[in-house]
Amino acid sequence: MGMSSPEALLICEHCDTVYRRRTLARGDVARCARCEAELERHHALSVNAMLALILTAMIVFVQANMWPIVTLGLSGQQSSTTLWGMILAMWREQAQVVSVLVAATLFFFPLLKMLLLGWLLWFARAGRRAPGFVRLMVILHYLGPWTMSEVFVLGALVAIVKAHTYFDVTPDPGIYAYAALTLLITVFAGVDLRRLWDDVPAGAA
Amino acid sequence: MSALPRASELGLIACTDCGLVCRNVPGDTRLDGDGVGDDMACPRCGTTLHRRKPNSYMRTWALLIAAFILYIPANVLPIMRTASLNDVDDNTIISGVVELWRAGSPNLAVIVFTASIVVPVLKFLALGTLLVSSQRGSGWARVQRAKLYRLVELIGYWSMLDVFVVALLTALVRFSVLSLVEPLPGVIFFGLTVVLTMLASMSFDPRLIWDGKDTDD
Repeated sequence: MGMSSPEALLICEHCDTVYRRRTLARGDVARCARCEAELERHHALSVNAMLALILTAMIVFVQANMWPIVTLGLSGQQSSTTLWGMILAMWREQAQVVSVLVAATLFFFPLLKMLLLGWLLWFARAGRRAPGFVRLMVILHYLGPWTMSEVFVLGALVAIVKAHTYFDVTPDPGIYAYAALTLLITVFAGVDLRRLWDDVPAGAA
Repeated sequence: MSALPRASELGLIACTDCGLVCRNVPGDTRLDGDGVGDDMACPRCGTTLHRRKPNSYMRTWALLIAAFILYIPANVLPIMRTASLNDVDDNTIISGVVELWRAGSPNLAVIVFTASIVVPVLKFLALGTLLVSSQRGSGWARVQRAKLYRLVELIGYWSMLDVFVVALLTALVRFSVLSLVEPLPGVIFFGLTVVLTMLASMSFDPRLIWDGKDTDD
């Protein structure tokens, strides 16, 4: 059929329509003409910028997990908690399933995602594929929807409002760190991580 | 061939993991199209290639039905107990929303109502509709159905909101006899419902929407 190389083609993953890839200008988003799904968007962030964001996110993540999230006061008594305080409390209270869910979606998966990205981007910066590139890219793909830090920020807000009726509520630095983390996640939400396959070609390993 | 050729017509196949466009010979017995017995691997990432997600209908139905079964105790059983000196109060998902509304935060109550009730119900209805219409090869409102699927994918995980609220309150409200919050079994069922609905929407292959008769719109 005289088709160009497979890399020059693009298949809509939502409806299987085949397109010839076009070079996108800043701000451009390519949409599927059949199902209107997003095909590809211009890479607004350079590898360096992404690495800087990931390093920032890691620092904020450590803070979000170490610092207390919120403090409650009741007749002179005080009570506060961190993320791990939540995980342990749910385990103790016979809700181990929930404990594991919280630990996975708010701690282990986000941590793994940041470490993997940091590792891959560190090597991509030098135009090389990191050791384990192929396997790690596949893991990253599957981690996608299972990190939920931004949902937790909204949950913390709801918990604060609920607790406010009965207790004195003081927000602690942890909640601000989580808010900052959510901002960073939002910036990253528009990035298609699959671009790393093209950014760092094989053979450069 | 239509103006918008599809990969299956051109003997191409997109890797679901890395997006690479791969060639395969049409009618290749290793790639029989229904995802069963396919054994060709993506040359770039090594993932097994499938024209469509394997057993998409069966898996999505199974996960969706399992999620629906768990969704019943998730709503009927209380998710959280608030105990104070002279009062024990068990909250279900609905009563938590009502309480939030009465506590003077109607905006937040609407958000929790959306995340905990509207989103799961929407997922059951949307995925059910997508499954039935695609299995019948219906050409009805394809673009809208495709958008509905993407909406379900986008908002699905926000339902975890209530689970995090219960976990945070359990860890926070520990004032010995004065005031305590404990999780109750409802929250476990609800957490599992959210996970199962997420797995269900991942198992559904949106390309099936376009596979019926009259692919040309």
